[in-house]
Amino acid sequence: MIRLQNIHKSYITGTNKLHVLKGIDLHIKEGELVSIMGSSGSGKSTLLNILGLLDNHDEGAYTLNQEEIKAMSETKAAKLRNNLLGFVFQSFNLISFKNAMENVALPLYYQKVARKKRNKTALEYLDKMGLKDWAEHMPNELSGGQKQRVAIARSIITQPKIILADEPTGALDSATSVEVMNLLKEINQSGITVIIVTHENDIAHMTDRIINLKDGRIESIIENNKINSKETIKIPQE
Amino acid sequence: MFDRDKWQEIFSTISKNKTRTVLTGFSVATGIFMLIFLLGAGRGLRNGMTSVFAQDATNSMQIYGGRTTKAYKGTPEGKRIQMVNEDYLGFKKSIEKLDVISAMSYIPGAEIISYKNNYGNFNVSPVHETYKEIKNFEILEGRFLNEKDIKENRKVVAIQDVVKEVLFPKETAINKLININNIKFKVVGVFNQPSFDDNSREIYIPITVAQNIFNNNDHLQRISFTLNDISVDESKKVEQFITYQMAKRHEFSPEDKNALWIQNNIENSQQFAGLFSAIEMFVWIIGIFTIALGVIGVFNIMMIVVKERTKEIGIRKAIGASPSSVVGLILMEAIFITAASGYVGLIAGVGLLEVITKFDLINKIYPPAAIYFLNPQVDLGIAIGATIVLVVTGALAGFFPARKAASIRPIEALRDE
Repeated sequence: MIRLQNIHKSYITGTNKLHVLKGIDLHIKEGELVSIMGSSGSGKSTLLNILGLLDNHDEGAYTLNQEEIKAMSETKAAKLRNNLLGFVFQSFNLISFKNAMENVALPLYYQKVARKKRNKTALEYLDKMGLKDWAEHMPNELSGGQKQRVAIARSIITQPKIILADEPTGALDSATSVEVMNLLKEINQSGITVIIVTHENDIAHMTDRIINLKDGRIESIIENNKINSKETIKIPQE
Repeated sequence: MFDRDKWQEIFSTISKNKTRTVLTGFSVATGIFMLIFLLGAGRGLRNGMTSVFAQDATNSMQIYGGRTTKAYKGTPEGKRIQMVNEDYLGFKKSIEKLDVISAMSYIPGAEIISYKNNYGNFNVSPVHETYKEIKNFEILEGRFLNEKDIKENRKVVAIQDVVKEVLFPKETAINKLININNIKFKVVGVFNQPSFDDNSREIYIPITVAQNIFNNNDHLQRISFTLNDISVDESKKVEQFITYQMAKRHEFSPEDKNALWIQNNIENSQQFAGLFSAIEMFVWIIGIFTIALGVIGVFNIMMIVVKERTKEIGIRKAIGASPSSVVGLILMEAIFITAASGYVGLIAGVGLLEVITKFDLINKIYPPAAIYFLNPQVDLGIAIGATIVLVVTGALAGFFPARKAASIRPIEALRDE
């Protein structure tokens, strides 16, 4: 599903050049549940942004769904993001003047789905998240966990192949974090590839594979299948 | 572009960001409103001024006899200069570039004019047939006095429409006989006199009839004439020529400014033409600045709007909005708000002008100014043109920031707080 070969990325800030990714080789198969770990500055968010076509890479080859991703027009990238990818962010990134249902339905608007149909679909997805009663609420009337569930509903409404989650539990308490992780695991079990960026060990350990980044390079990859089996997930104690 | 869904998206954005919408709309609406009002007021002033001075042909002059203020050849000062038929004939012969000339005498005593049981007190002016060319009459029925009427001392009369309303409220006036100081005159025509003086109720009779029947002398109250193709400088020479001719005939000092009153409409109309174009230009300058301010206002607000919406744009892009859809969203919103509020400003401006006209507000607030302010209207083409200019510039003002926002990478837009 995703294949990266020797990916490089630098940021130029003023006169300094910051080399963030220094040659990443990675292969993520369809249906995997992967986490990318690393301390801040390790380049994990940059990697996720490149994977999500939110940012472009400087060097190397990126193949997404058998398609070579090179410098492409924003319009093309937007279409790919819309059809193939779903995003979950640490800060939820809901549109503040739209209610939960409208937020969830928005990706379908860009697929030119009729208003009634997309609102109906959005309600179904909210129902799956247990938020049907909150459909008419504005984001600022929802708790953090609820907001993230709305964001997850939004990310899967287009039935994407890949969900990219950037610190999805970063702004949540531990109990809610587990709920959100369970949702992401459920999504994964429905066949969707899920890639989670996190700096929390316990979150990473709920995934199949942990990719450890350090200074823009992959330090290690830990296969983690055991933990991801049907075992119950323990609520982490602080 | 006319996708219903897109409009719903735009309306939901507009309705949920009321402050922003109202602020943008307000600056546009005020701009248009001010422009319309100013243009209308300028036009009103122009109409008013024109109507005040339009009663005389712009190439005409009028001469009235005055009273001397200088002793001359043994006659003491204070001598009254009485114009007579000889003066009229003298001017007729000697003035170069003369087009038409008409004298006016007067009827002594009260003028009671009646027809059957209707009567009124109107101003009866004995004139030559050429008077029609000097005053801008509009003949509504029949004709004005003609040469034969003058030559043959016909007892005929041309009456103003307001006079007709009084004497003949329910019937036609033409060929009816009316009484002027108990002498019967036949009505030959009804005219309309464009005049600032609403109280003018004029009746014209042949000057020869008046001199023979009522006066029994050859006195004239004024002499009016028009000149062909004449410049202001030439008209001043004519003034001088007349003064010398009259001074010689009536024996007064040509230096005496009060012996003769000369109203030179050629000079006056040139001054007023200059005044009108100055007013017009002034209004346009203000109008252009108002529009410019409106445009800057829209531009400003659109910049802020786009800045404020950067994160939203990032979110939209992350979930699949193409750059063109982002530009479209912001642009259509800008166009919609400017067009709608421009329309509101247009209606308000036109409405205010209508109210001023309908309720005669100026007359109520400051009556002396009212005659100089007539029918404040705005050229619809200009009004709509101005609105379109504002909408287009509003759209441009939205376009550049929107394009910039749409072209930045979504990740940068998302980082914006």
